[in-house]
Amino acid sequence: MTDTTQVKAAKDVVKDLQAEYYAEANRAHEEGKLVAWVTSIAPREFLEAMDIVTIYPENHAAAIAAKKGSMEMLDIAESMGYSIDICSYARVNLGYVEAGDSAAGKVPYPDLLFCCNNICDTVTKWYEILSRRLNVPLIMIDLPFSHFDQPQEHTIDYIVGQFENAIKQLEEITGKPFNYEKFQHCLELSNQASTLWKESFEMGKNKPCPFNGLDYFNYMAQIVCSRGNEKAVYFFQLLKDEIAAKVAAGEGYIQDEQYRILWDGIPFWYNLRVMAKSLKDRKAVQVASTYTENWALTYDTTDLRSMAKAYMGNFTNREFEFRFNNMCRIIREYSCDGVILHSNRSCKNQDFAMYELARQVTKATGVPVAIVDGDQDDPRAFSEAQYETRIQALFEMIDQRREAK
Amino acid sequence: MFTMGIDIGSTSSKAAIMEDGSKIVASCVIPFGTGTSGPQRVIEDVLQAADMNRDNIDYIVATGYGRRSIPGADEQISEITCHARGVHFLLPSTRTIIDIGGQDVKVIRVDENGAVMNFVMNEKCAAGTGRFLEVMARVLECKVDELSMLSNQAKQAVPISSTCTVFAESEVISQLAAGNSREDVVAGIHDSVARRVASLGKRVGLVPDVVMTGGVAQNEGVVKAMRQELKTEIKTSPLPQLTGAIGAALLAYQKVQKAKQAND
Repeated sequence: MTDTTQVKAAKDVVKDLQAEYYAEANRAHEEGKLVAWVTSIAPREFLEAMDIVTIYPENHAAAIAAKKGSMEMLDIAESMGYSIDICSYARVNLGYVEAGDSAAGKVPYPDLLFCCNNICDTVTKWYEILSRRLNVPLIMIDLPFSHFDQPQEHTIDYIVGQFENAIKQLEEITGKPFNYEKFQHCLELSNQASTLWKESFEMGKNKPCPFNGLDYFNYMAQIVCSRGNEKAVYFFQLLKDEIAAKVAAGEGYIQDEQYRILWDGIPFWYNLRVMAKSLKDRKAVQVASTYTENWALTYDTTDLRSMAKAYMGNFTNREFEFRFNNMCRIIREYSCDGVILHSNRSCKNQDFAMYELARQVTKATGVPVAIVDGDQDDPRAFSEAQYETRIQALFEMIDQRREAK
Repeated sequence: MFTMGIDIGSTSSKAAIMEDGSKIVASCVIPFGTGTSGPQRVIEDVLQAADMNRDNIDYIVATGYGRRSIPGADEQISEITCHARGVHFLLPSTRTIIDIGGQDVKVIRVDENGAVMNFVMNEKCAAGTGRFLEVMARVLECKVDELSMLSNQAKQAVPISSTCTVFAESEVISQLAAGNSREDVVAGIHDSVARRVASLGKRVGLVPDVVMTGGVAQNEGVVKAMRQELKTEIKTSPLPQLTGAIGAALLAYQKVQKAKQAND
């Protein structure tokens, strides 16, 4: 069982790294370093190059929910007038701005905001509100939705123009010239981390699956917060080695795994326990997730155009055909038996095509799907009994199909 | 061989005893669901109706919202699979099931063997459920089982536009206060349920035969409104409330048969 201990080590390492990250951020802020609040799939390499501390309101909101503290923040935001229909990450963060503390601890307030709307349009307005409320400058990277398999040249021009403008804005805000040398180094580290991240989760294709895919929802904190510095490279090398050792030893998270599951969407952060139990009780393993794949961001480090294209590629910014083909590919490559799709009240961008996606994927692959209702951060939208019934029905459908064969 | 299916819902408890997976020996419905004395009573009553005791039963499958809290059940199976199997037994030509229970609405696509192909359920919201109708019946000062008769006498349905149960309730109150007849308001309520359920149904695709199960299928007014809304023929299960329990008893029989085959 030495390998199990090793997986625990990676889990512990990521916890330590996250604790260290928040402690360092708070300390750095006190020492007068600039702090930016940043969206989750923004090109943070620009900030890393200028030695700016980055804080991710989305990650913080997820951590607050995991510590059962999201309702407190939601109540504050809603009593200010924010509608229950607005993304719960936004509501939790806007509540946090007023509260100044949370179940998941404090994060320093920002000196600047760095927003990239490749994940959704909500962030555009959310960060504009933050900018007004906190009276800090906002750097906005407006990333057009990708309607085509290959982005058009004028779209790339538009993004690169904004990258160049962001550099100017950063020079003005910091009062220092942009550090191109460090930037180049960050790009390389970012690509290294993303490659290791991808190589590690792709080992989920092995049977038995060497890891519990739910752990990736914890590991992702590092790819989000530290992509572009040495820490992420260190962590994902460690993770990759650990998983590779398990694969070499033929060890699985569940040795006699019975079902291999693809998860689509953001998890219910306040109820990861229920998700984990519903799978483990049935000897089912989450082998892949469309969500965590988003951060496998690799590009030509000598070409900003290539970087622009990479930051357009996350699935919430892509056309329906991409989502469909991508899901079918994952099901095929990871030998998935079933798909769980989270119809997440908060994330319109992910949910919008969900029913059609589910229909077409089942038709093309024959793999059954279950759509579960909930929300990433708002526990009021989640019903454990309804969730459990749908999950049970999914496994019964898989069983029925196996029996019919 | 005798098997029992127990379906514990949010508002009622149902049980059926079957012989050799082909004949319904006894069945029982108690209008109290999980967390009440309903589950205990329904088991006692169905055994009494069959003139049996627990030892006569070879296998018990529990289903429904309260399926995990039944002591003595050999297995729990989701109500989605149980409804599919139950309907297949009662009406084998069924390809789409619309099940409206106390707090859940489910639309289930089944194949020619009664296996589940796909399903959708309502989100965490009571709109379009049996509970919705119960709330409206209270405001209308009638019993739930009188709603069908009332809507049958309607001249012109009064549109009820709110999806939220609480807002729909105040809308009903204001329509009554404005002088609209109870009959016309009930017809409007049924239309509102039908619209809500129809939108769920369209997500999975409605392939005939479409069959309604669950307690609300006993309300002919809702069934009629559903026919109009979906522009398709809708049949009702001959034993709408018992469909899940029957399916559970059938699956129990199948389990025992399989175990026997494995031992042989």
